[in-house]
Amino acid sequence: MEYIKKQVEEFDIGKRHLANMMGEDPENFTQEDIDRSIEYLFPSGLFEKKARPLMKHPDQVFPKQRAIQWGEDRRPFHFLFYTGKQSYYTLMHVSTAGSRKSPSSFQNASSPLLPPRVISYSDRHSLSASRWLKKEELEELLVENISIQDYNRFIQLMESLLSMPYCTIEEEFVLRYRQNLEAQSRKQAMPVLERDERGVAFSTADGRRKTSDSTVTLRDCGSGRITINGRDYLQYFPVLQDREQLMFPLQFMGMLGRFDLECTVSGGGRSSQAGALRLAISRGLLSFLSDGEMENMRQAGLLTPDPRVRERKKPGQKKARKKFTWKKR
Amino acid sequence: MRSRLTFRGTLASMAARALMKGLLGLRPSRAVMVGYSVGGHHYSTAASIKPPPPQIDDSNVTDKILSLPLEKPDFFRVSELVSLKELFDARVHLGHKKGCRHRLMEPYLYGCRLDHDIIDLDQTVEHLQLALNFTAHIAYRGGIILFVSRNRQFCHLVENTAKDCGEYAHTRYWQGGLLTNGNIQYGPGVRLPDLIVFLSTLNSVFQQHVGIRDAAKMNIPSIGVVDSNCNPSLLTYPVPGNDDTPVAMELYCRLFKMTIKRAKDKRKQMELLQGLCSTGPDRL
Repeated sequence: MEYIKKQVEEFDIGKRHLANMMGEDPENFTQEDIDRSIEYLFPSGLFEKKARPLMKHPDQVFPKQRAIQWGEDRRPFHFLFYTGKQSYYTLMHVSTAGSRKSPSSFQNASSPLLPPRVISYSDRHSLSASRWLKKEELEELLVENISIQDYNRFIQLMESLLSMPYCTIEEEFVLRYRQNLEAQSRKQAMPVLERDERGVAFSTADGRRKTSDSTVTLRDCGSGRITINGRDYLQYFPVLQDREQLMFPLQFMGMLGRFDLECTVSGGGRSSQAGALRLAISRGLLSFLSDGEMENMRQAGLLTPDPRVRERKKPGQKKARKKFTWKKR
Repeated sequence: MRSRLTFRGTLASMAARALMKGLLGLRPSRAVMVGYSVGGHHYSTAASIKPPPPQIDDSNVTDKILSLPLEKPDFFRVSELVSLKELFDARVHLGHKKGCRHRLMEPYLYGCRLDHDIIDLDQTVEHLQLALNFTAHIAYRGGIILFVSRNRQFCHLVENTAKDCGEYAHTRYWQGGLLTNGNIQYGPGVRLPDLIVFLSTLNSVFQQHVGIRDAAKMNIPSIGVVDSNCNPSLLTYPVPGNDDTPVAMELYCRLFKMTIKRAKDKRKQMELLQGLCSTGPDRL
């Protein structure tokens, strides 16, 4: 512990020296400023970022270690010390159903006349927007090494806790071991909604599939006309499947007759052009929708670009995957 | 019987060990007590290796504290805690079926009724008294007591008991080298338990717990509640009794907790008394 304290003091003094050297204020010298100055003073051409000169707070540099677990009379501090994994087993001990607060105390606190309300796991909003901590994150939290079986037992125990009635009492405890999921829809890039000279709202979007590129302009006119490369969609896509691909985003949102589509598409074949157009239409539609509907579209898979491309043929094989006839001798 | 005699011999060595530990370890606690300052005694810095030579008053007093309980056979009055009726009510006499019986448990059994083995409670009372007396002495000398039980039904209860007494528990998967490879498992210079109490000698697959064999290897005395399907040979203080009923387990936990608390309170009392006695004449 003393060693780390010394390191922290040295780091603080070094930070002030660095600030003086760079001619900046020693009091408000942040970590970003430190990184910037180190990069300026010690330029390094190494590719591995971790191999470059580093100046960080000792708590971030030195891995978290356990202090000595026993006192002067050599008796260990923690009652589960002899198990080896004391923090993991304390966690298990504390989360067993017997040690949590009993529902009777909860009932008395609220009001004894009301009938008991059993809130199930699936109702809880806060639990649906989060996931369990991963094994590495749990290890970091407990400063201990856990095996995969231990981690699975822990998750099992937590799930069983939540499956019991009155799980709302333990919710606070359980939330500590959950990490929030970021709503994926926030990361979506939305096209800009522009206005025509006539006052009609329109938006432009791009889409790609295999080797086809497409651009679509959706106009909020009120008719259901679709023009692709100057021709009517019925002419351009004689096959029903391709026309269905075009219609799907609008049909999903229920806005079939509302928009006027002006599309251009090039490259690829019939099916890939249809796929590119579909993506472009769904992207263009985003600016006319609310957040909830955008989330629906995302979950339906309309906004995900299809990454599948043609795999190259390899030498020594007939095609990308097909091999020559295998002869035993 | 033989194993118990050899342990009397090691008890003396343990007493010596505890004495040394007492001299080095008890200082900080005693320094807190008013009026018991070991006059003019300076603590050296961490740089010096040798501890300061103990004063003559100190060793006499510690000797007295440690030897006083050994004069009477039942200094901690554990016989009051154990009664035959209480054991009977807690269904301690119920063993397993005749087919599960272990050959070496036959001397401890009273009989067999409709294929169910009945444990002789007179013998249980004697063995339990010996065991509790031994735990009380260990707790009095500040020894580390480890409660072990691999029965999942009572794991929570045992852990709570250990937490209340201020002692240690291990009711989880026993890794191979916990006792035999302690220095590498825990860290250099670890202190191993001075007594292991097995509240259930079998592990989850109905085999003898590894801890019994390890404790015998490391010369650590062990107390174990042996049911009619267990092997009592390697334990220093076997206690024949039921280890599957919740009532019986709660009884055992309560008994051990009470003895340990009693012994620790007695120790604190002794230290206070001796402290007052020794500073009495000095104050003049």
